[in-house]
Amino acid sequence: MSRLQKKMASLKQVGKTALIPYITAGDPTPNATVALMHLLVEKGADVIELGVPFSDPMADGPVIQKAVERALIHNVSLDDVLEYVRVFREQDAETPVVLMGYLNPIEAQGYEAFANAASSVGVDAVLTVDMPPEESKGYLEALQQVGLDRVFLVSPTTPGSRLSAVNEKGSGFVYYVSLKGVTGSKELDMEDVAQNMTRLKSKLNMPIGIGFGIKDGATAFEMANLGSAVIVGSVLVKLIEANQSKGRYDMHLAIGEKMTEFRDALNRADMNRVGALNT
Amino acid sequence: MTINFSNYPDEQGHFGPYGGIFAPETLMAALEQLTQEYECVKQDPEFLRELADDLQNYVGRPTPLYYAKRWSEHLGGGKIYLKREDLNHTGAHKVNNTIGQALLAKRLGKKRIIAETGAGQHGVASATVAARLGLECVVYMGADDVVRQAPNVVRMQMLGATVVPVESGTKTLKDALNEAMRDWVTNVDDTFYIIGTVAGPHPYPAMVRDFQTIIGREAKQQSLQHEHKLPDALIACVGGGSNAIGLFHAFLEDSSVEMYGVEPAGLGLETGKHAAPLCKGKPGVFHGNRTYLMQDENGQILGTHSISAGLDYPGVGPEHAWLKDIGRVNYVAVDDEEALQAFRDLTRFEGIIPALESSHALAYATKLAPTLAKDKIIVVNLSGRGDKDMNTIAQIEGIEL
Repeated sequence: MSRLQKKMASLKQVGKTALIPYITAGDPTPNATVALMHLLVEKGADVIELGVPFSDPMADGPVIQKAVERALIHNVSLDDVLEYVRVFREQDAETPVVLMGYLNPIEAQGYEAFANAASSVGVDAVLTVDMPPEESKGYLEALQQVGLDRVFLVSPTTPGSRLSAVNEKGSGFVYYVSLKGVTGSKELDMEDVAQNMTRLKSKLNMPIGIGFGIKDGATAFEMANLGSAVIVGSVLVKLIEANQSKGRYDMHLAIGEKMTEFRDALNRADMNRVGALNT
Repeated sequence: MTINFSNYPDEQGHFGPYGGIFAPETLMAALEQLTQEYECVKQDPEFLRELADDLQNYVGRPTPLYYAKRWSEHLGGGKIYLKREDLNHTGAHKVNNTIGQALLAKRLGKKRIIAETGAGQHGVASATVAARLGLECVVYMGADDVVRQAPNVVRMQMLGATVVPVESGTKTLKDALNEAMRDWVTNVDDTFYIIGTVAGPHPYPAMVRDFQTIIGREAKQQSLQHEHKLPDALIACVGGGSNAIGLFHAFLEDSSVEMYGVEPAGLGLETGKHAAPLCKGKPGVFHGNRTYLMQDENGQILGTHSISAGLDYPGVGPEHAWLKDIGRVNYVAVDDEEALQAFRDLTRFEGIIPALESSHALAYATKLAPTLAKDKIIVVNLSGRGDKDMNTIAQIEGIEL
């Protein structure tokens, strides 16, 4: 079992919803990332999703687009991102790290070279937005060979017929894109998410994380009752943007507060479920 | 080498190692539906009749194959014929495709059309068909292109379209495509995305090609009528590559016909300030397909430069990538200066003002024609007219508007 799979299994065992924050590597500056990763863990992250900057993030909304632009001013490359993970691992051997990004930087390195490098620095899983299971030949094998988990996206429009490919080729968890849209957009339709989650849970053979559009503790609380993990990104990245000129202390304070809000909400939801079982 | 070119792409949209469907999950179902619907209509006599009727009576096809006698004689050498796609309604070849996709949108019951545009010709062609069918239309256009192709922006607005200037990235065609994709992801239920070139995820490269192949089918027939033989060479400019594949495709199996796809060398291939991925790029994955790209060593997409907004794109249709690798088409490049000179020459010798995009193809003809005997025939795709480029030209020539 991989580090990510073990983590998800142990959380399930104790009835705990995983909190998975996203930040873009190299945002706002290259030397900010490792410290931010440690902060996220300290404030309750179970898994970290680390964005790999790409010049044309076509599935991301304006908040993450700007984060990517900030990182690319410093020419943050896939190699740089792997280096951040290596340094992070010097002090944290436990928290799984998922790289999230687009395919072309990985293509440019070559699938095998990338997989070897990623696994050797302590990356646990890879989520590539524009790599559906159908095209994943070669990519899949390269990741599998070195024991990296493959996280695939599933959306409200994914037909049942495509879920078996996700079961077969994915591992670790499935990322449920909770709305039709780009990252950080509009309000979530709870009823729609609930209906889709019922459908997906019966068909998918691994934990489901819910992401896109989760802005506050109240929404996270609702989502914790539907999925195994809650993924938050744009709301944290916005805080990085707002505090970039104020210095590390203020930025960490703001992000720490938001993380605490999410963690508390998930804990409350988890406690409620336990309570409901006991009565 | 005998390849049956009409067997490509395969079911998942592959041309050899290129093409495919590299799309965000939210779009996969919509792409699948589009593929199914397209496969269905392309054999439907009713659809084909409607399309043919629109192309004849609304677009004005067939377009002439015009012998540019005076210009040919000036250059000395082969006879240059111009396939007059500039005479189509809206002024470019783009409308061949938007007519077809709009009919599909109607069949799928979509109420809203979105499009990306570089030079504005595809935007105008999309706004035109949307107006005709009473559909809402939103066109994404790089903020830089909004300025340099201002006349087309006004045309789109007059046609009732909303033009959204895209301020992200390099503010040109690739960023417009990113933004259109984001819109589609968000509004996938009621929105039809009309991609204007032979790029993007499957089925777009195949579908757009099919709608554009009428250019080559007509040119073939017309060449036989005028000259009683096939042309010896075909020349077309390549940005995404829709007018080029449109001209080339009907001739791919005619091995005597040489083909030249002309990429924009911008300020010169050696300067890095160009938009010539086939000449200078390498394969990667971008905008939903695998193809040749302008990218750095880390796989980041590079900014491009061309005087022509319609060619200012770091990728190229996957079928061109494949045709390059198998050696069926020669891909060459001409720079901004050469294109401008061809623009001036055609205007003065033939009284035809070409688009700056098409001027790249014309510029290559000025190099090729003198090397050919007088009985050799060259067909150049005059993909669009140059009215939209008056701002750019006036600026270069120092004319105050």
